[in-house]
Amino acid sequence: MSPPSSRTEVEVRVGAELPALALPPISRADLALFAGASGDHNPIHIDLDDARAAGFDDVFAQGMLSMAYLGRLLTGWVPQDRIRSFEVRFTALTPVHAQPTCTGRVVAVDGGLATVDVGVTLADGTVTLTGQATIACESAAMTRTPERTLDEGAHLPAGRSS
Amino acid sequence: MAIDIARARALRFPSFAVEVERGRLRMFARSIGETDPVYTDVEAAQDAGHRDLPVPPTFFFSLGLEAPDPFGYLDALGVDRRRILHGRQRFEYARTAYAGDTLVLSERITDVTVKRGGAMELLEKTTDIRRGGDHVARARAVIVVRHPEVSE
Repeated sequence: MSPPSSRTEVEVRVGAELPALALPPISRADLALFAGASGDHNPIHIDLDDARAAGFDDVFAQGMLSMAYLGRLLTGWVPQDRIRSFEVRFTALTPVHAQPTCTGRVVAVDGGLATVDVGVTLADGTVTLTGQATIACESAAMTRTPERTLDEGAHLPAGRSS
Repeated sequence: MAIDIARARALRFPSFAVEVERGRLRMFARSIGETDPVYTDVEAAQDAGHRDLPVPPTFFFSLGLEAPDPFGYLDALGVDRRRILHGRQRFEYARTAYAGDTLVLSERITDVTVKRGGAMELLEKTTDIRRGGDHVARARAVIVVRHPEVSE
Protein backbone atom coordinates (compact mmCIF):
# COMPACT_ATOMS: atom_id res chain seq x y z
CA MET A 1 0.00 0.00 0.00
CA SER A 2 1.53 3.31 -1.03
CA PRO A 3 1.01 6.42 1.06
CA PRO A 4 -1.38 9.01 -0.38
CA SER A 5 1.46 11.45 -0.98
CA SER A 6 2.78 9.19 -3.74
CA ARG A 7 -0.63 8.36 -5.13
CA THR A 8 -0.82 9.06 -8.83
CA GLU A 9 -3.01 11.92 -9.99
CA VAL A 10 -6.54 10.66 -10.52
CA GLU A 11 -8.58 11.30 -13.60
CA VAL A 12 -11.28 13.89 -13.00
CA ARG A 13 -13.40 14.01 -16.14
CA VAL A 14 -17.10 13.58 -16.72
CA GLY A 15 -17.97 9.90 -16.83
CA ALA A 16 -14.94 8.74 -14.84
CA GLU A 17 -15.81 5.99 -12.36
CA LEU A 18 -14.24 5.86 -8.91
CA PRO A 19 -12.75 2.49 -8.01
CA ALA A 20 -15.67 0.71 -6.28
CA LEU A 21 -15.32 -0.14 -2.59
CA ALA A 22 -16.83 -3.58 -1.84
CA LEU A 23 -17.30 -4.23 1.86
CA PRO A 24 -17.59 -7.57 3.60
CA PRO A 25 -21.01 -8.46 5.09
CA ILE A 26 -21.80 -6.28 8.12
CA SER A 27 -21.69 -8.36 11.31
CA ARG A 28 -23.31 -7.69 14.66
CA ALA A 29 -19.82 -7.04 16.01
CA ASP A 30 -19.33 -4.34 13.34
CA LEU A 31 -22.51 -2.62 14.52
CA ALA A 32 -21.39 -2.73 18.16
CA LEU A 33 -17.91 -1.40 17.35
CA PHE A 34 -19.32 1.40 15.21
CA ALA A 35 -21.81 2.32 17.95
CA GLY A 36 -18.94 2.84 20.36
CA ALA A 37 -16.57 4.48 17.90
CA SER A 38 -19.14 6.80 16.34
CA GLY A 39 -20.91 7.75 19.56
CA ASP A 40 -24.28 6.67 18.16
CA HIS A 41 -25.47 4.54 21.08
CA ASN A 42 -29.02 4.05 19.81
CA PRO A 43 -29.76 0.48 21.01
CA ILE A 44 -31.92 -0.24 17.97
CA HIS A 45 -28.66 -1.02 16.09
CA ILE A 46 -27.08 -3.28 18.69
CA ASP A 47 -29.78 -4.77 20.91
CA LEU A 48 -32.16 -7.27 19.32
CA ASP A 49 -34.69 -6.76 22.13
CA ASP A 50 -34.79 -3.04 21.44
CA ALA A 51 -35.09 -3.53 17.66
CA ARG A 52 -37.99 -5.96 18.16
CA ALA A 53 -39.73 -3.65 20.61
CA ALA A 54 -39.60 -0.97 17.89
CA GLY A 55 -41.26 -3.35 15.42
CA PHE A 56 -38.23 -4.58 13.48
CA ASP A 57 -37.32 -8.24 12.96
CA ASP A 58 -33.67 -7.62 13.68
CA VAL A 59 -31.08 -4.93 14.25
CA PHE A 60 -29.95 -2.84 11.29
CA ALA A 61 -26.87 -0.78 10.53
CA GLN A 62 -26.40 2.85 11.50
CA GLY A 63 -26.89 5.07 8.45
CA MET A 64 -23.69 6.89 9.27
CA LEU A 65 -21.73 3.62 8.96
CA SER A 66 -22.62 3.50 5.27
CA MET A 67 -21.84 7.20 4.88
CA ALA A 68 -18.45 6.53 6.49
CA TYR A 69 -17.86 3.76 3.93
CA LEU A 70 -18.65 6.31 1.20
CA GLY A 71 -16.17 8.65 2.88
CA ARG A 72 -13.56 5.89 2.45
CA LEU A 73 -14.51 5.67 -1.23
CA LEU A 74 -13.77 9.40 -1.60
CA THR A 75 -10.59 9.60 0.49
CA GLY A 76 -9.30 6.49 -1.26
CA TRP A 77 -9.67 8.38 -4.52
CA VAL A 78 -8.41 11.88 -3.70
CA PRO A 79 -6.64 13.42 -0.69
CA GLN A 80 -9.27 14.44 1.84
CA ASP A 81 -8.62 18.18 1.64
CA ARG A 82 -9.95 18.16 -1.92
CA ILE A 83 -13.43 17.20 -0.71
CA ARG A 84 -15.46 20.41 -0.47
CA SER A 85 -18.90 18.98 0.27
CA PHE A 86 -20.42 15.57 0.74
CA GLU A 87 -24.10 14.78 1.15
CA VAL A 88 -26.32 11.74 1.15
CA ARG A 89 -29.94 10.75 1.38
CA PHE A 90 -30.70 7.58 3.31
CA THR A 91 -33.12 5.66 1.10
CA ALA A 92 -33.38 2.21 2.71
CA LEU A 93 -32.34 0.43 5.89
CA THR A 94 -29.22 -1.75 5.85
CA PRO A 95 -30.02 -5.08 7.52
CA VAL A 96 -27.36 -6.85 9.59
CA HIS A 97 -25.32 -9.24 7.34
CA ALA A 98 -25.97 -7.04 4.30
CA GLN A 99 -23.03 -6.57 1.97
CA PRO A 100 -22.65 -2.98 0.75
CA THR A 101 -20.70 -1.74 -2.25
CA CYS A 102 -19.84 1.94 -2.66
CA THR A 103 -19.66 3.46 -6.12
CA GLY A 104 -19.07 6.90 -7.54
CA ARG A 105 -19.03 8.59 -10.91
CA VAL A 106 -18.04 12.07 -12.01
CA VAL A 107 -21.14 13.72 -13.48
CA ALA A 108 -19.95 17.31 -13.96
CA VAL A 109 -16.77 19.34 -13.97
CA ASP A 110 -17.13 23.09 -13.69
CA GLY A 111 -14.99 25.90 -12.35
CA GLY A 112 -12.32 23.57 -10.98
CA LEU A 113 -14.87 21.51 -9.06
CA ALA A 114 -16.06 18.04 -9.96
CA THR A 115 -19.47 16.75 -8.93
CA VAL A 116 -19.43 13.08 -8.10
CA ASP A 117 -22.61 11.02 -7.74
CA VAL A 118 -22.10 8.42 -5.04
CA GLY A 119 -24.21 5.53 -3.87
CA VAL A 120 -24.30 2.43 -1.71
CA THR A 121 -25.94 -0.73 -3.07
CA LEU A 122 -26.44 -4.01 -1.23
CA ALA A 123 -25.76 -7.43 -2.79
CA ASP A 124 -29.53 -7.88 -3.38
CA GLY A 125 -29.65 -4.65 -5.39
CA THR A 126 -31.20 -2.44 -2.69
CA VAL A 127 -29.90 1.14 -2.91
CA THR A 128 -29.44 2.34 0.66
CA LEU A 129 -27.76 5.71 0.13
CA THR A 130 -27.50 8.11 -2.76
CA GLY A 131 -25.65 11.37 -2.72
CA GLN A 132 -23.12 13.75 -4.15
CA ALA A 133 -19.70 15.07 -3.36
CA THR A 134 -17.91 18.07 -4.78
CA ILE A 135 -14.20 17.61 -5.25
CA ALA A 136 -11.54 20.14 -6.17
CA CYS A 137 -10.05 19.02 -9.48
CA GLU A 138 -6.53 20.10 -8.64
CA SER A 139 -4.36 19.33 -5.67
CA ALA A 140 -5.10 21.34 -2.57
CA ALA A 141 -1.81 23.22 -2.70
CA MET A 142 -2.89 24.81 -5.97
CA THR A 143 -6.42 25.66 -4.93
CA ARG A 144 -6.01 26.64 -1.31
CA THR A 145 -6.99 30.24 -1.14
CA PRO A 146 -7.73 32.55 1.76
CA GLU A 147 -11.32 33.07 0.62
CA ARG A 148 -12.20 29.45 1.23
CA THR A 149 -14.99 30.11 3.65
CA LEU A 150 -18.32 28.39 4.03
CA ASP A 151 -21.26 30.04 2.39
CA GLU A 152 -23.52 31.29 5.14
CA GLY A 153 -26.38 29.73 3.25
CA ALA A 154 -29.95 30.64 2.42
CA HIS A 155 -31.27 28.12 4.95
CA LEU A 156 -30.28 30.16 7.92
CA PRO A 157 -33.10 32.09 9.51
CA ALA A 158 -32.84 35.82 8.99
CA GLY A 159 -31.67 37.90 11.88
CA ARG A 160 -29.74 35.20 13.65
CA SER A 161 -26.01 35.05 13.52
CA SER A 162 -23.89 32.31 14.95
CA MET B 1 -48.14 16.22 17.48
CA ALA B 2 -46.92 18.82 15.04
CA ILE B 3 -43.68 20.62 15.78
CA ASP B 4 -44.00 24.30 16.67
CA ILE B 5 -41.84 25.80 13.92
CA ALA B 6 -41.23 29.15 15.60
CA ARG B 7 -40.25 27.37 18.77
CA ALA B 8 -37.91 25.02 16.89
CA ARG B 9 -36.12 27.90 15.20
CA ALA B 10 -35.81 29.79 18.47
CA LEU B 11 -34.32 26.86 20.39
CA ARG B 12 -30.97 27.72 21.93
CA PHE B 13 -28.23 25.14 21.77
CA PRO B 14 -25.28 25.96 24.00
CA SER B 15 -22.01 25.82 22.04
CA PHE B 16 -19.65 23.16 23.29
CA ALA B 17 -15.99 22.28 22.82
CA VAL B 18 -14.69 18.84 21.92
CA GLU B 19 -11.08 17.74 21.95
CA VAL B 20 -10.32 15.37 19.09
CA GLU B 21 -8.41 12.36 20.41
CA ARG B 22 -6.03 10.17 18.41
CA GLY B 23 -7.29 7.00 20.07
CA ARG B 24 -10.87 7.84 19.20
CA LEU B 25 -9.97 8.49 15.56
CA ARG B 26 -8.12 5.16 15.39
CA MET B 27 -11.10 3.36 16.86
CA PHE B 28 -13.41 5.05 14.37
CA ALA B 29 -11.08 4.11 11.50
CA ARG B 30 -11.01 0.48 12.65
CA SER B 31 -14.79 0.36 13.01
CA ILE B 32 -15.26 1.35 9.36
CA GLY B 33 -12.54 -0.99 8.07
CA GLU B 34 -10.26 1.89 7.07
CA THR B 35 -7.06 0.59 5.47
CA ASP B 36 -5.35 3.92 4.67
CA PRO B 37 -2.63 4.36 7.34
CA VAL B 38 -3.04 8.15 7.16
CA TYR B 39 -6.05 7.69 9.47
CA THR B 40 -4.33 5.50 12.07
CA ASP B 41 -0.58 6.06 11.93
CA VAL B 42 0.76 9.51 12.84
CA GLU B 43 3.96 8.93 10.87
CA ALA B 44 2.02 8.00 7.72
CA ALA B 45 -0.18 11.06 8.24
CA GLN B 46 2.87 13.31 8.56
CA ASP B 47 4.50 11.74 5.50
CA ALA B 48 1.34 12.72 3.59
CA GLY B 49 1.70 16.33 4.73
CA HIS B 50 -0.66 16.31 7.73
CA ARG B 51 0.38 17.54 11.16
CA ASP B 52 -1.47 14.69 12.92
CA LEU B 53 -4.22 12.15 12.22
CA PRO B 54 -6.88 13.94 10.13
CA VAL B 55 -10.52 13.94 11.21
CA PRO B 56 -12.23 11.85 8.48
CA PRO B 57 -15.11 13.37 6.49
CA THR B 58 -18.06 11.98 8.44
CA PHE B 59 -16.57 12.07 11.97
CA PHE B 60 -17.95 15.58 12.46
CA PHE B 61 -21.33 13.92 12.99
CA SER B 62 -19.81 11.94 15.86
CA LEU B 63 -18.42 15.12 17.39
CA GLY B 64 -21.98 16.43 17.50
CA LEU B 65 -22.98 13.42 19.58
CA GLU B 66 -20.51 14.59 22.26
CA ALA B 67 -23.01 17.28 23.27
CA PRO B 68 -24.12 16.91 26.90
CA ASP B 69 -27.61 15.79 25.76
CA PRO B 70 -27.46 15.38 21.98
CA PHE B 71 -31.16 14.54 21.57
CA GLY B 72 -32.53 16.81 24.28
CA TYR B 73 -33.86 19.19 21.63
CA LEU B 74 -36.27 16.49 20.47
CA ASP B 75 -37.72 16.27 23.97
CA ALA B 76 -37.96 20.06 24.08
CA LEU B 77 -40.01 19.95 20.87
CA GLY B 78 -42.19 17.10 22.07
CA VAL B 79 -40.81 14.66 19.50
CA ASP B 80 -40.82 10.97 20.40
CA ARG B 81 -37.25 9.75 19.84
CA ARG B 82 -38.55 6.38 18.63
CA ARG B 83 -40.30 8.07 15.72
CA ILE B 84 -37.23 9.60 14.13
CA LEU B 85 -35.10 8.55 11.18
CA HIS B 86 -31.98 10.10 9.74
CA GLY B 87 -33.16 11.32 6.35
CA ARG B 88 -30.24 13.26 4.93
CA GLN B 89 -26.76 14.34 5.94
CA ARG B 90 -24.56 16.98 4.39
CA PHE B 91 -21.09 18.25 5.20
CA GLU B 92 -19.23 21.27 3.85
CA TYR B 93 -15.52 21.51 4.48
CA ALA B 94 -13.31 24.58 4.79
CA ARG B 95 -10.26 23.10 6.54
CA THR B 96 -8.89 19.79 7.71
CA ALA B 97 -9.15 19.17 11.45
CA TYR B 98 -6.65 17.03 13.32
CA ALA B 99 -6.21 14.94 16.42
CA GLY B 100 -5.27 17.32 19.21
CA ASP B 101 -7.53 20.09 17.95
CA THR B 102 -10.18 21.55 20.21
CA LEU B 103 -13.24 22.20 18.07
CA VAL B 104 -16.24 24.28 19.05
CA LEU B 105 -19.64 23.16 17.80
CA SER B 106 -22.63 25.48 17.48
CA GLU B 107 -25.97 24.00 16.54
CA ARG B 108 -29.36 25.37 15.57
CA ILE B 109 -32.55 24.26 13.89
CA THR B 110 -32.58 25.83 10.45
CA ASP B 111 -35.73 24.43 8.88
CA VAL B 112 -38.91 22.52 9.65
CA THR B 113 -40.96 21.19 6.74
CA VAL B 114 -44.27 19.38 6.88
CA LYS B 115 -44.71 16.58 4.32
CA ARG B 116 -47.50 14.27 3.27
CA GLY B 117 -50.25 16.26 4.93
CA GLY B 118 -48.54 16.10 8.31
CA ALA B 119 -47.66 12.39 8.29
CA MET B 120 -44.02 13.40 8.21
CA GLU B 121 -42.02 16.38 9.38
CA LEU B 122 -38.47 17.17 8.36
CA LEU B 123 -36.31 18.87 10.93
CA GLU B 124 -33.06 20.37 9.66
CA LYS B 125 -30.28 20.90 12.20
CA THR B 126 -27.17 22.81 11.21
CA THR B 127 -23.89 22.56 13.09
CA ASP B 128 -20.97 24.92 12.60
CA ILE B 129 -17.61 23.50 13.59
CA ARG B 130 -14.85 25.98 14.32
CA ARG B 131 -11.25 25.93 15.50
CA GLY B 132 -10.26 29.21 17.09
CA GLY B 133 -12.18 31.70 14.97
CA ASP B 134 -11.92 29.63 11.80
CA HIS B 135 -14.65 27.60 10.22
CA VAL B 136 -13.58 23.99 9.81
CA ALA B 137 -16.82 22.45 8.58
CA ARG B 138 -20.57 22.70 8.62
CA ALA B 139 -22.84 19.72 9.08
CA ARG B 140 -26.50 19.67 8.19
CA ALA B 141 -28.75 16.80 9.25
CA VAL B 142 -32.33 16.25 8.20
CA ILE B 143 -34.25 14.26 10.78
CA VAL B 144 -37.50 12.67 9.65
CA VAL B 145 -40.20 12.62 12.30
CA ARG B 146 -42.88 10.07 11.48
CA HIS B 147 -46.48 10.65 12.50
CA PRO B 148 -48.12 7.38 11.45
CA GLU B 149 -51.38 8.38 13.19
CA VAL B 150 -51.85 11.11 10.55
CA SER B 151 -53.28 9.62 7.38
CA GLU B 152 -52.01 11.09 4.15
